[in-house]
Amino acid sequence: MVEPADLAGAGAEVRDVEVLVVGGGPAGLAAADAARRSGARVVLVEGGDDVGGQYWRHLPAERPAAAEAQLHHGWSTFAGLRRTLAGDPGCEVLTGASVWAVEPGAGALVVRVLVTPSGQADAPGRRHLALRPAALVVATGAHDLTLPFPGWDLPGVVTGGAAQAFAKSERLAVGERVVVAGAGPFLLPVASSLLDTGARVLEVAEAAGPAQLTRGWGPLLTGGGAGVFAAGLSGVGVLAGKTRELAGYVAALTAARVPYRTATGVVAARGDGRVEEVVLARLDATWAPVPGTERVVAADALAVSHGFTPRLEVALAAGAAVAGSGAGAGFVAVDDRGATSAPGVWAAGEVTGIGGADAALVEGALAGLAAAEALGHPAGPEVDGLLRRRRVLRAFADRLAAAHAPRPGWLAQVTDDTVVCRCEEVTAGRLRSVAQATASAADAPAGSRSLRLTTRAGLGPCQGRVCGHAVDAVLGCGLPASTGTTRPPVSHQRRPLAVPVRLGELADLPPATTPTSPATSQPTSEETP
Amino acid sequence: MSARRVDPARDVARTETAEPVTITVDGEPVTGVRGQSIAGVVMAAGRSASTGGALRRTAGAGAPRGVFCGIGVCFDCLVTVDGVRDVRACQRRAVEGAVVTTQGEPLPARVERVEGERRG
Repeated sequence: MVEPADLAGAGAEVRDVEVLVVGGGPAGLAAADAARRSGARVVLVEGGDDVGGQYWRHLPAERPAAAEAQLHHGWSTFAGLRRTLAGDPGCEVLTGASVWAVEPGAGALVVRVLVTPSGQADAPGRRHLALRPAALVVATGAHDLTLPFPGWDLPGVVTGGAAQAFAKSERLAVGERVVVAGAGPFLLPVASSLLDTGARVLEVAEAAGPAQLTRGWGPLLTGGGAGVFAAGLSGVGVLAGKTRELAGYVAALTAARVPYRTATGVVAARGDGRVEEVVLARLDATWAPVPGTERVVAADALAVSHGFTPRLEVALAAGAAVAGSGAGAGFVAVDDRGATSAPGVWAAGEVTGIGGADAALVEGALAGLAAAEALGHPAGPEVDGLLRRRRVLRAFADRLAAAHAPRPGWLAQVTDDTVVCRCEEVTAGRLRSVAQATASAADAPAGSRSLRLTTRAGLGPCQGRVCGHAVDAVLGCGLPASTGTTRPPVSHQRRPLAVPVRLGELADLPPATTPTSPATSQPTSEETP
Repeated sequence: MSARRVDPARDVARTETAEPVTITVDGEPVTGVRGQSIAGVVMAAGRSASTGGALRRTAGAGAPRGVFCGIGVCFDCLVTVDGVRDVRACQRRAVEGAVVTTQGEPLPARVERVEGERRG
């Protein structure tokens, strides 16, 4: 229960801002910087205690490190952006600031923010802010996508992002003997960050097999990269930094003699109250485990990531459409300068497609310039160069995405007793039996939703962020038509309340700014009724 | 999950030796360093802590859960801090003297209506 006394100082203020940037990672920082260079006034809101996003997640101020740049790529770029924005009276950076709702207002969106004092995450009585931006740039990034397997809920099984976050921001190894598994180029920096902590990385298991990998990486690995990029030879220069970064990770793994095994995946994590062993198996071309190839590895931690899922709630609430097909399917749809389908709303970086920090910096700059231009601050001549860089980086990212995209055979590892929805402890068996019991009924689009309501899958505090993709897959929703599925997917990404809010904080909203849609639904419900 | 802090003497980042911070977890003192999250302090205490490194128990199966996403999106690491429930341990800075209680209340059991019982 929240006592009224706890809510001291939580009054709301409403402010008009020119360009509002949501997210302080590479894309958000670049957007703010570019909009400032054009002369627009900027407010940047970042949920964490400092800017940098997950890519430049770093030690807090009270942990000085003489050689922090050793843990990062492009650290000087970050330090420069942070310094420029911090010293600029035309840019206000709000940290500990979470956007919890975006509402249509009179002529402008109203972005509702809760501001937390540094280090005090989830404390009650956070300060309310309501911002009315003339232009909104959404740069909310993405978080790890992890495909479930038996035992993925054991302590000691973490996402790749978690292993990296603790290594970079606390100098903590999540384990002494760690297996890194999943899919995608991100496994390499995860392993490298773990090695930097002195942990032993037992192996890196990549689910994609040689055929799938060669399609994406082949031209790069064989040195014939130039020909594959529409931009021709300019691609080589743009990608040089990226290639150097990847080469650095490979060198670190090689020096530490870490095996990198393709067509390999985790089929189970086991242990008494915490992970003690990891069961790995060879995967066929569909990512289904090959029976009889299981191996048991003794490990005290497992870092597992199969790519990323965009953090869409702010973009969706602002009215931006999500791409339904093509390379960017499931991400915010944007034109080449970051404009979304919603007037006055731009998006940049991972929320528009996984492209890495270099792409996010370029897209952030483009979106910041476009947003400022819409407000009457013309962009300089840099746009053409940025657009060229963006084309090259996106083409490269799309190839890598295809090289590591999950294939439907992974569902074979999801046994009936595998927990799929971690929050509500809903097993795959429960999901399947409820789906079967209702299969005879006419399954209108509401069918998937009723399955969720019946099983409670996706209705826990994470709001379906962790399990949404897997729940749909287990239920056969939203898979390509070739799989013969009849159930359309339900958007588990539509979250009227973008982050959990304490009831006392809602009650504390002053009457003048009470939301037009009553916020009486459960803070953790995932869909509008 | 034998998580471990990097020894500053061997750290490539050349971190300075940080001040210790002591919190209690279910009444037991656990020491980390300044600037760490509650989750990081608990993880590094690992097996030596009574919780075995787990941050909570689930309401249904009573299963242990630890840090999963580490970036504040999965809500699997919720703990009670100084009497306030549902705080993400991976996002909350550990401060000297913080009283952390793990959460793990079982779900309420279904009560069948007794034969002949009157509503009202």
